[in-house]
Amino acid sequence: MSKLGNLGARLYRGEVGYDFVGKRKIWYGISILITITAIVGLAVRGLNMGIEFEGGAVFNTPKTSVSVSQAEESAEKASGHDAIVQKLGDDKLRIQIAGVDIKKSDQIKKSLAEDLDVKAGDIDADLVGPSWGDQIANKAWQGLAIFMVLVVIYLAIAFEWRMALAALIALIHDITITVGVYALVGFEVTPGTVIGLLTILGYSLYDTVVVFDSLKEQSKDITKQTKYTYSELANRSINGTLVRSINTTVVALLPVAGLLFIGGGALGAGMLNDISLSLFVGLAAGAYSSIFIATPLVADFKEREPQMKALKKRVLAKRAAAAAKGESAEAPESYADEEPEDDAVPGDAAPAVVGPRSQPASRNRGRGRPSGKRR
Amino acid sequence: MAAPKKGRRQSAPGKPGRSLVFILIALVALTGGMFLSGHTTPRLGIDLAGGTSITLEAKNEPGQKNAINPDNMNTAVDIINNRVNGLGVSEAEVQTQGDKNIIVNIPKGSNEKQAREQVGTTAQLYFRPVITQAPGQPTPEPSTSPSSGTDKEKDKDKATDKATDKATDKGGSPSATPTSQGRAVSEALKDDPTPSASDKAKDKGGKKDETPKPDPATAKLQEQFTKLDCTDKKARAAAGRGIKPSEPTIACGKSPDGKTWDKFILAPAELNGKDVDDAKAAIKQETGAWVVNMEFTKGGSKKFSDVTSKLMKQQSPQNQFAIVLDGEVASAPSVSVVLSTNAEISGNFNQESAKDLANILSYGALPLTFHEQSVTTVSPALGGEQLKAGLIAGAIGLALVVIYLVVYYRGLSLIAIASLLVSAALTYTIMTLLGPTIKFALNLPAVCGAIVAIGITADSFIVFFERVRDEVREGRTLRPAVERAWPRARRTILVSDFVSFLAAAVLFVVTVGKVQGFAFTLGLTTLLDVVVVFFFTKPLMTLMARKKFFASGHEWSGLDPKRLGAKPPLRRSRRTTPPTAGPVDPKEA
Repeated sequence: MSKLGNLGARLYRGEVGYDFVGKRKIWYGISILITITAIVGLAVRGLNMGIEFEGGAVFNTPKTSVSVSQAEESAEKASGHDAIVQKLGDDKLRIQIAGVDIKKSDQIKKSLAEDLDVKAGDIDADLVGPSWGDQIANKAWQGLAIFMVLVVIYLAIAFEWRMALAALIALIHDITITVGVYALVGFEVTPGTVIGLLTILGYSLYDTVVVFDSLKEQSKDITKQTKYTYSELANRSINGTLVRSINTTVVALLPVAGLLFIGGGALGAGMLNDISLSLFVGLAAGAYSSIFIATPLVADFKEREPQMKALKKRVLAKRAAAAAKGESAEAPESYADEEPEDDAVPGDAAPAVVGPRSQPASRNRGRGRPSGKRR
Repeated sequence: MAAPKKGRRQSAPGKPGRSLVFILIALVALTGGMFLSGHTTPRLGIDLAGGTSITLEAKNEPGQKNAINPDNMNTAVDIINNRVNGLGVSEAEVQTQGDKNIIVNIPKGSNEKQAREQVGTTAQLYFRPVITQAPGQPTPEPSTSPSSGTDKEKDKDKATDKATDKATDKGGSPSATPTSQGRAVSEALKDDPTPSASDKAKDKGGKKDETPKPDPATAKLQEQFTKLDCTDKKARAAAGRGIKPSEPTIACGKSPDGKTWDKFILAPAELNGKDVDDAKAAIKQETGAWVVNMEFTKGGSKKFSDVTSKLMKQQSPQNQFAIVLDGEVASAPSVSVVLSTNAEISGNFNQESAKDLANILSYGALPLTFHEQSVTTVSPALGGEQLKAGLIAGAIGLALVVIYLVVYYRGLSLIAIASLLVSAALTYTIMTLLGPTIKFALNLPAVCGAIVAIGITADSFIVFFERVRDEVREGRTLRPAVERAWPRARRTILVSDFVSFLAAAVLFVVTVGKVQGFAFTLGLTTLLDVVVVFFFTKPLMTLMARKKFFASGHEWSGLDPKRLGAKPPLRRSRRTTPPTAGPVDPKEA
């Protein structure tokens, strides 16, 4: 831990760092793989919608001494689906089971009757409609759509449209992965799941915006210098905020991990598991995508700008000139040919010149070496 | 008041003491309010606390054989859902069961009686001109009701039973279109000292019902009317049942003093609930009584002005129109001017009943008539162990967060932990207070959301701390470092929190039910995050920066320039970065 502060300093000054932008193709690839897996999982297994969305069967039992959790077990055993069991006022039970039609209900009745020690004839079976009806679902979608439009507009104003687009792609990526994991694990989708997803949506954007904010600041006067290309700057700003990203992710994930592994583990399946799984996957994906996906995407978009292309030319020309002069500066590879440098940085770095903070803190008399020692 | 002594120095950077005092006062006030209100835990949703389950059964009305169909049932579910979830945060659930039942689950601690009234009311609203009016007992028999002679002398509230065109006081909402009609005339109307009430009082004095000149009421209806006994609940409910809105009917209604009943023969309905655009409960300025104001739709306004212009030329009682809600006359104001945009229902309302009626009217009439089949308590759908496990797990997670912060931020973590505690206390007290005020109920997803909010809140000060450390790395001493770091950190915090808040606001406005409840929680925690960082974390940091322990960069302060790898401020020698931070002497920066 004690080294962390130091590492933070070196990250901040750009002495060490991971070449996120240069290696972006690898991460894009990984993300695309995961996303494809998620989509396949969705297509093949589909989502297991809970009773709140689908409706299902309800069984009202007469008085019984069986406890709620026992009844839940036997209902799940009889039907193979999650069941919601509630005690009604006078020790009667109301058991709701998703995905059951009337044909199946007779045999469930029978096995319930055995387990609960009541007569099968005394159990009323009926169909229930969804409590999370179409109206709620439609309005939720509508709200999401409006939010997406607004947030893209907002980000386009606060930052620029490229960042808005990148943030949106990262967001879709997070949601797809989370939903895919759901389909693969086969948990039932409950209102809790939906709410978990919405939480992720907020968090994913939030996290991306924090990284973008630093990127915007770093690249304010980018055209007035010839040390770095946009991609290199983007990389520096990721590395500069890396400590914050790691800390925030740890702090956000720890309680959720507690919910998932301790709470869910102790109880087995349940609402808690549903929510915490979607939250855990989503938060992790959100933190990952803001670093590995969103910012490199912005760099990709930006590098297409004529302005940035010109800058890159100038930067490379300058470096070539410097190299020709025989200065020992090893020009970092341009990101165009995808072969990041791996040169070892000497352990002692000369102190940087204290410049105005709006510009990246320079060091080593202006030799930029974004790709440095690997951690 | 627990005002810290240390924070009273009025110095340049933003008077940190003042904000700290402010937030502490807010905390104390909220906590005090919480204990005063007698609710010390947040209301829990039905999934955690259980509640009441009401089963409603749709009834076939005579003359509407096929009314009970899935379409109508779903419409009814939506309307009932809107009614019980008026604010969207009360967590009530509505679903169909079988083909003619609707189950409504209401969380514990909500007003069950009120909820039952809300869900069962059909809210069929008609505006019918009055043809005849009489005291509410069957006319031939001597009255058995307690309507004694003193009643008629009761000073009737002159201003009740008046429809006023309320284009003026619309509760401060600026309307873009100026309402043209009725401002002046409504004044005239208010001053009109012939309320229908006095007529009714005369009627009670033995006069039989005035026979109107041209009697449009059929003989049969007249007969029914004579027999009608409004003091009998059954008879009241049966009055006019099965009669179409397009036919004349009979109905009962409370007389304006709210103690006795009047009966009416009413002309065919001129308007119905669909013509009402919106309804709100309000206090009538002149009388201080609660009324329900209805705003008509465009078409409704036109019809309404047609009706009132006809009625104002009539003699009493035929200058009245009755507002009939579910077959009972809610009020029967007399008309003396043409009215168009608004109507007002007055009666013996208190705040609650006025709000309930307004709520019911805003969401429209149920397509079916329901009656309560059963009301029973239900146990929590998830069981208490889920909440317990969630809270324990959350606590363990929090403990881990605290450990992590201490290890990483050392002394700074004190500020972080204090901020987290303040934020937690604020969230808890506000959620608790919102239980009784807006029926906010906490469900399991919301609990999880609050746990995630820990991360978002912590992020704000992580951003801030990292900024401060970056400034220290630049070689600055702590106080300027804090002051320089703050504006940048503040911008990041605001921009990112705005995104979260935008999500919350949009979802809250657009959605219903559980999603709306979630949006509310998200918005609340986001706002509190900003409040805590601005009014607590930053001032505290400013104060701490003055303390020697932090300012001198003690190695346990989390701001040790050496450990942070800061450059020496003045010398510009080549300095090797310390390999690992062993014990280093505190360095005077």
